[in-house]
Amino acid sequence: MKEFKEVGRPLTRVDAFDKVTGRAKYCYDLLPTDHLVAKMVLATVGNGRVVSIDTSEAEKVPGVVGVFTCFDPDLPTQPFGTAGHPWSCDPAHQDIQDRNILTQRVRQYGDVVAAVVAEDTVAADRAVRAVKVEYEEYPLELTRLEAIDHAEDFPPLHEARPNNIIAHVDNRTEVKGGYDSVEQILEDPQWHRTHIEVKTPRQSQAHIELCLSFAYAEGDRIVVVSSTQLPHICRRIVAQALGRPWGDVRVIKPYIGGGFGNKQDILYEPLNAWLCEKVGGRCVLLELTREEVFAYTRSRQPKECHIDAAWDDDMNLKARSLEGWSNQGSYAAHGHALMANTANSFRQEYSAKELAHHGIATTFYSNETCAGAMRAYGVPEGNWAAEVLMSDIAYDMGWDGAEFRLNNFMELGYRDPFWPGPLCCYSRGIDECVAKGKELIGWDEKRAAYKNQTGPIRHGVGVALFSYKTSVAGLSLETSNVRMNLAQDGSIMLQMGATEIGQGADTVFSQMAAETVGVPTEMVHIVSQQDTDVTPYDSGAYASRQTYVAGTACRKVAEELREKILDYAHFLYPTHQTPFDMRDGVIYDIAGNEVTTIADVSIQSYYHPTNAKQIEAQDGVNVQENTFAMGACFVDLTVDIPLAKVTVNDVVEVHDSGVIINPKTAEQQVHGGIAQSIGMALSEELLTNPKDGSIRNNNLLDYKIPTMMDLPDLRADFVETYDPTGPYGNKALGETPCIPAAPAVRDAILNATGVKFYEAPMTPQRLFEGFKKEGLV
Amino acid sequence: MEMKILSCTVNGKPVQVGYDVRECLLDTLHDRLGLTSVKRGCEVGECGACTVLIDGVATDTCLYLTAWAEGKTIETVEGLQAPDGTLDPVQQAFVDEFAVQCGFCIPGIIMSAEELVRTGKTYTRDEIRKALSGHLCRCTGYQNIITAVERAVDLVNGFVGEDGDAA
Repeated sequence: MKEFKEVGRPLTRVDAFDKVTGRAKYCYDLLPTDHLVAKMVLATVGNGRVVSIDTSEAEKVPGVVGVFTCFDPDLPTQPFGTAGHPWSCDPAHQDIQDRNILTQRVRQYGDVVAAVVAEDTVAADRAVRAVKVEYEEYPLELTRLEAIDHAEDFPPLHEARPNNIIAHVDNRTEVKGGYDSVEQILEDPQWHRTHIEVKTPRQSQAHIELCLSFAYAEGDRIVVVSSTQLPHICRRIVAQALGRPWGDVRVIKPYIGGGFGNKQDILYEPLNAWLCEKVGGRCVLLELTREEVFAYTRSRQPKECHIDAAWDDDMNLKARSLEGWSNQGSYAAHGHALMANTANSFRQEYSAKELAHHGIATTFYSNETCAGAMRAYGVPEGNWAAEVLMSDIAYDMGWDGAEFRLNNFMELGYRDPFWPGPLCCYSRGIDECVAKGKELIGWDEKRAAYKNQTGPIRHGVGVALFSYKTSVAGLSLETSNVRMNLAQDGSIMLQMGATEIGQGADTVFSQMAAETVGVPTEMVHIVSQQDTDVTPYDSGAYASRQTYVAGTACRKVAEELREKILDYAHFLYPTHQTPFDMRDGVIYDIAGNEVTTIADVSIQSYYHPTNAKQIEAQDGVNVQENTFAMGACFVDLTVDIPLAKVTVNDVVEVHDSGVIINPKTAEQQVHGGIAQSIGMALSEELLTNPKDGSIRNNNLLDYKIPTMMDLPDLRADFVETYDPTGPYGNKALGETPCIPAAPAVRDAILNATGVKFYEAPMTPQRLFEGFKKEGLV
Repeated sequence: MEMKILSCTVNGKPVQVGYDVRECLLDTLHDRLGLTSVKRGCEVGECGACTVLIDGVATDTCLYLTAWAEGKTIETVEGLQAPDGTLDPVQQAFVDEFAVQCGFCIPGIIMSAEELVRTGKTYTRDEIRKALSGHLCRCTGYQNIITAVERAVDLVNGFVGEDGDAA
């Protein structure tokens, strides 16, 4: 493994000081005092059409500047897609464009049919309540049965897809072992067989900062300041939605208070920008309420998977098939990609011994609220399916679940046959992850101690593994650009297109730049805020791509900057023999003699009488490789059967994310991910009202993210492999921590009680029903 | 809109500020006094992001009318640093223990932690969990936040050892 100096340091986060003092500026903190406030008029039916809107009373509310409806003659008519993906010049690979800034066709409860702009929030709220909307209501199509099997009974949600199918993928691997088909293996009586049906919930990202933006005109252009994960994509989508040249739009992204995928969609920035245009370019704020964020932004897609599997007596999976459905809701957004990711991850993780695999993934429109990206993008759902299956098999066969999983886990060199570009298991530390995790949790001791329990209070220990691709290279464009320049004192100004969204990106990029240039990280100053007018292009924060893709760009630009510094040093000190080297900001010649320092080179480069120029470098990369991160989670818990209550006592999660750039910020990611996954396991689910499609629990009281009281101490650990494709041997880490804890909790409940649960979250009600069915209560 | 003048003490300074009588203290502190650490996350007392100390008591300012703050002493994280900029022990512990990620919930949690530290008592991790459970954080799983508060309490109140058992 390569020796690093700056990479691997547990450095204090570069943003920590500003965030504990209130200096860090988020979107709302930058809002000009002189601004107007926009509020949305949201549909109160779940399916239908707006017949008319009466704005006369609303316009009389004191402080109202304007009321703008879906019948406005200035409203841009071209639909746009909201998904935060890189644009594709190939129309076949563009996201579905099915949304309008304001809509006459109501496809979900809360579709935006009009908006008010007023002098203040109170006036805007009052005016919204005074807008009278008349709807023609259509019957609701909320379920798979209604949306797919009976699509023809309803008026089409989207004319382009009258059958409501957004995407359908059917992948069959090559069949090995002398069989003709996967079905033949699954039906072969010499193997053990099972069929299970699993469900995962509509989970909310539930970031603590709301979704908000403000927009104002500057010259002939429009500036949008937004709490977004991807400013450059935001610029493109706002411009597309407005029908303006892309250069007309400038997007500024300050610190953001969490995103977790929800801010990977460009939802209301186009409306915000259009309202700004409608009021003559005055600054307009559009901040959603917490209730609106829950119900009308994005959420993890609710999914249902049916699985068949066959295995032998020696812990080898023979074949698996998965048929999955994803209820995407009212608009396509990321929909097509998410269910595919679910099926892909299900296939990839336990691919080692299978003779054949069959995966079918269907994503459909319905009148449910629109789903989208959430941390790990479909993989927690695929992992739930894969791990619940492994959990059942190991339990039924009396096997050690960790050993059984390892025996079937993706092998080094595995390539996914259906990934359109290179995706390979280039490094594999799963055995060490499992060994470490078992040791830390006390796996063998606990499994022995928890055998043959009786009584109402029981203990369980569980395991789940995961694999996760790093970035989306091969499937979608992976590009990133970076700029660096030298300040007069030899410190380095680093400007990344990639964004800080709380995950610690700015800190690790600073360490990467320092590592390659040859200075201490303390000499790197990163510009945290992105501004599309000046920031180099990057797709943004998603897919656990940034340390891998933007990290590759960072290394490349750092190499270029280093070369330029050393070249200038040679210009200054030509008697020394090259090649020069730089370590800790000190420049050495070929013989190892100290030549000068970076500070000396910098100041001379700025003010040299005949050769003055700022030393800078800017470049970009197209990353074509893709690799797998992986890991294991172990959970110890107590089940109070009569109370249907689960108490998580201990969690250990061990990750192979390749080389760890900063062990402390890496640990942070794991802690937070475990908490989100435990939320998915036990308490988090947005509930849809079947009467109108509205969300019933759209607040932080009724939608239960874990509180401090709900979590034990969380233990994060790492096994450091060196991945040959990562810029510093590193692999994905941003999203992976939120994958395996949920099925590990499920496995531990099975270990404790012998009861199999298939639907997450395992709320007290579901636990009670399960225990009752098995005669435990 | 009816405006009134609020007189109170904010971060050690006497302040007079005009406010709309319908206004909550969150908006007055953030929008009128520029104290950007006071964050809006829910407006109904569910998340704790807008917590400040009012006469030493951690309070959700989204649920607190500005009118009620007349004559009160208000503290936010902007007032915690020493005059030379040195961080207060709680702030420093949050930095050192990597308690901060997106940072949006952090100023509110720091203010509740200040309230704990000032009791002069020591707390177990479970007691810290209970005392701060009104604060929601989505990034951290709370792990390092609890460790930071534990460290600050022990540092300020001179306790050493595990869970304050050396007290």
